[in-house]
Amino acid sequence: MEEINALFHGFSVALTPFNLLLMFVGVTLGVLIGVLPGLGGANGIAILLPLTFTMPPTSAVIMLSCIYWGALFGGAITSILFNIPGEPWSVATTFDGYPMAQQGRAGEALTSAFTSSFIGAFFAVIMITFLAPLVAKFALQFGPPEFFSVFFLTFCSFIGMGKEPPFKILVAMMIGFALAAVGIDTVTGQPRLIFDWHELMRGFDFLIAVIGLFGIGEILLSMEEGLSFSGRSAKINTKIVIETWKKLPQFWITSLRSCVIGCWMGITPGGATPASFMSYGIAKRMSKDGAKFGTGQMEGVVAPETAAHAAGTAALLPMISLGIPGSPTAAVLLGGLLIWGLQPGPLLFVEQKDFVWGLIASMYLGNIAGLIIVLTCVPLFAAILRVPFSIIAPIIIVICAVGAYTVHNAMLDIWLMLLFGVIGYAFKKLAYPLAPLVLALVLGDQAESAFRQSMLISQGDVSVFFSNGLVGSIMMLALLMLFWPALTKLKETLKSKMA
Amino acid sequence: MSDKHETAGRGISMRSAEIVVALLVLVMGSVVVYDSLRLGAKWAEDGPEAGYFPFYIGALICIGGGVTLIRALLGKGIKKDALFVEFEVLKPVLSVLLPAAVFVFGIQMIGIYVASALYIAVFMVWLGKYSWIRGAVVGCGVSAVMFMTFEVWFKVPLFKGEFNPLSFIGY
Repeated sequence: MEEINALFHGFSVALTPFNLLLMFVGVTLGVLIGVLPGLGGANGIAILLPLTFTMPPTSAVIMLSCIYWGALFGGAITSILFNIPGEPWSVATTFDGYPMAQQGRAGEALTSAFTSSFIGAFFAVIMITFLAPLVAKFALQFGPPEFFSVFFLTFCSFIGMGKEPPFKILVAMMIGFALAAVGIDTVTGQPRLIFDWHELMRGFDFLIAVIGLFGIGEILLSMEEGLSFSGRSAKINTKIVIETWKKLPQFWITSLRSCVIGCWMGITPGGATPASFMSYGIAKRMSKDGAKFGTGQMEGVVAPETAAHAAGTAALLPMISLGIPGSPTAAVLLGGLLIWGLQPGPLLFVEQKDFVWGLIASMYLGNIAGLIIVLTCVPLFAAILRVPFSIIAPIIIVICAVGAYTVHNAMLDIWLMLLFGVIGYAFKKLAYPLAPLVLALVLGDQAESAFRQSMLISQGDVSVFFSNGLVGSIMMLALLMLFWPALTKLKETLKSKMA
Repeated sequence: MSDKHETAGRGISMRSAEIVVALLVLVMGSVVVYDSLRLGAKWAEDGPEAGYFPFYIGALICIGGGVTLIRALLGKGIKKDALFVEFEVLKPVLSVLLPAAVFVFGIQMIGIYVASALYIAVFMVWLGKYSWIRGAVVGCGVSAVMFMTFEVWFKVPLFKGEFNPLSFIGY
């Protein structure tokens, strides 16, 4: 099968000494980022992105994706040892992970978490290996109307499937689009929304927004809890690892189910966080030990971790094959690809085979590297959180500021980062979702240009979006998603009237 | 914007916060619509004008903000007496945010390296109650590491500030 051939070619690209070094460095940095508050996956990648400009794109993206894996693994460490989720998707891991640690079974919890993550991600990477080229081939038939309809579907599903009030989702999304529109209009060359402030001609960079919203905002939010990092100590040695591995296979159904949930949520704009909660909830209901969830059940750690990692990985599938990121972190990676002049989407598979398959191959390797590193270095990472808050907090903020500056060498960006931090804090508290904002900021320009090109082709006729079966059905699905909350409410009111 | 309720903790009420943010959203939406109209939001002969897309974006922001504002004014979807943030809890948040703002201003004036060293040192002494010596050591240490990493190793110049106190180093 040509996919296997391409994959082995990708391995040959990925397995150079330099790239292997980057993989280990990347994973280590990633775990560090996942462990520290305020330096989450999306934020950490955003900060480190400018540093990779000097590397060849393939190496750079390998390192960045390994940082991504590292962050996925790292979030579990603090959840289990400190009951502090390092990432939003590790919240569900605290439910059973921390009780396990309290009972002295931290090593077991960590091993099962890491192994489950590895399995979830591996499952998703295999899926990507076989599905991505298919999706890309299919998408080669896409013209501007089809692309716009896919963007439209993505954004409508945010509104339809989101748990926040629909109008707040709309506002967040539209703010993202508005921020994306600031700058010079690419078609007419006119300055938009600049108000004679020359500094704004560059437009708002999504990296600054991400660092502010997810970094500074996160830190401000965690200040509310007060920060007392008093955690359990963890001992992982080979004996514990092997013992845990012996116990894990009995949960294979939960594992498989979580993989599927994760892959589905990753591909659709759901992401790792809803995937982990959904998987935990379903496992609780379907397991024979369901009632004991929350008291330290290993299954309660397996379910969310497998799903979260499967989702995090699967989010890369629509990103590389269609150019639509399935999560904020994937959005940052997408932005990085755009900066390097690589256009993610179906053409990437045709024009940049080395790059794409090198990336996919590195996903396998990065996962293995990640598992090895976390299993061996947990005490080290846990020790970092013992550094007192008054030392670590300013250092994290300094790192964020430097990260914001290095994007465009602009002082204004650091101020903007602070502003986005406050916005992130307020929005989180008021239930305005951040993910659609970031996605709209990253995709805004492309969505608009797809729309304009479609309009140009059709000479202003909106029905171009229903002109053939494919684009018409995607648009119908999108509209269904968009009005889903209204429809369900209608159904409920009708039901209660008739009862 | 504080609205004191007779609840367990005193703080900014959720309702006030929702109203203020919704108003700000409305303002933002109107600004976007205003500029779109300036650019022209209609259909020119060769396709949509520059303001076409942003106009609808701005309009949707206004609609979304307006609906949220009305819901907030009516008190829908907000738990009774819910607080956006308690004053007690706001203090630690501000204790991070305000020094950070001063830090950023410091970057503008004296550059990243000096500002970071000062920021870390002051934070450690003020909030962590460490001695001045410890604060200075960590602050300068971190700053020096950053300097070596960026200026020397990666050759990425960072902002030296309007007054550039470190100009004697020659970078």
